[in-house]
Amino acid sequence: MYELFKNLGDWLVSGEQWSGSDGIGHRLAEHLQYSLLATLVAAAIALPLGLLIGHTGRGAFLAINLASFGRALPTVGLVVLVFLASGLSMWPVYVALVALAVPAIVTNTYAGMTAVDPDVKDAARGQGMRWHQVLFQVELPLALPLIMTGLRLALIQVVATATIAAYVSFGGLGRYVFDGLAQRDLVQVLGGAVLVAVVAVALDLALSALQRALFRHRPA
Amino acid sequence: MSIDWSWIGDHTDDLTTLTLSHLQAALSAVFFGLLISLPLAVVAHRIRPLRGLLLGLSNVLFTIPSIAIFVLLLPVSGLTRTTTVIGLTIYTLVVLLRNTVEGLDSVPAKTKEAAKAMGTRPFRTLLTVELPLALPVIMAGVRIATVMSISLVSVATYIGDGGLGQLFTDGFQRNYPTPVIVGVALTLLLALVADALLVALQYVLTPWTHRKQRAA
Repeated sequence: MYELFKNLGDWLVSGEQWSGSDGIGHRLAEHLQYSLLATLVAAAIALPLGLLIGHTGRGAFLAINLASFGRALPTVGLVVLVFLASGLSMWPVYVALVALAVPAIVTNTYAGMTAVDPDVKDAARGQGMRWHQVLFQVELPLALPLIMTGLRLALIQVVATATIAAYVSFGGLGRYVFDGLAQRDLVQVLGGAVLVAVVAVALDLALSALQRALFRHRPA
Repeated sequence: MSIDWSWIGDHTDDLTTLTLSHLQAALSAVFFGLLISLPLAVVAHRIRPLRGLLLGLSNVLFTIPSIAIFVLLLPVSGLTRTTTVIGLTIYTLVVLLRNTVEGLDSVPAKTKEAAKAMGTRPFRTLLTVELPLALPVIMAGVRIATVMSISLVSVATYIGDGGLGQLFTDGFQRNYPTPVIVGVALTLLLALVADALLVALQYVLTPWTHRKQRAA
């Protein structure tokens, strides 16, 4: 066990491991690219949907069941299915990652919107605010903490799952995990896993710091 | 991409075996997950400083890619069902632990004081008052953990297990979509049925949440 961790340490700090097209630097950049792009696309789909469902109160059934469906959908199966349909392209990776992130964002956005006190919305309408003013100036700011929670949850899951890009012969930190698996090289697998976990935790901390910075002015 | 229906007819026995094996892996994981989280949640609920530590730890475990967990367990338990179940159990912890702690938190202080005033011992209060009242929140966690596990079992296909996940590698290697489509459909169906059964179980276990008020 001790030896494994010592080898892991050597693997992580060795200069050659960090440079070149199979280096950690390049794999990290690829991993971040897949994860961030997928989360952004998912947010572009899920945020309007969640806000709309929350604002109108219509489609709540969809919002609740989408989360359950998203959790049940086997990512490996989805990746293979899209791969067989589209051939060698980035589609399998992005479809699977977006499908993973959308439910988490929709459900949390919807939850944040329903948690807004109805009296506050009534007051806003009573003051003559139009529906879009109520949505963007009252509901959205109040729902923002839960929306951010949804985004963070989605990002963590996407970062952990982006490992699968390597299964359909693309890059990212998953390369180390799958190559290590093929070569029975545990140090490499462990190195990949540790890097993914560090990236996920770091991004989560960064988003929560951003969240705190954004809401500093607001009285609790 | 089209479904080859005759393949399904020819493989009903295999599909049944894989589905049962899939279900067994997922349910074992939730069972062991509960076995571990219940005592840990009680500790996290009672001893505040440990709470952040335990919840934080389960969160970090959740960020490790599932495939990596399976591979890392290989030196410990090899290419066996045990590896699959240990890996899945680790993933259930994040949901089960958080929900059980939140469930215990949701029990009103006055209810616990009433139990104490009636001379109920702390351990008995936990078993007969706190845990039953926390059950709706715990069951919400069990439902999420079960559906998540059913979906995750297929990742273990990379270490030669994985229940219905074997259909994914099979279809991938032979460039043949039918087993993949069937595998995805059966996984979704399994998750749906398991979730519905858990809702029914919760209904039976918590009669006070839906019992009609008798007229005085």
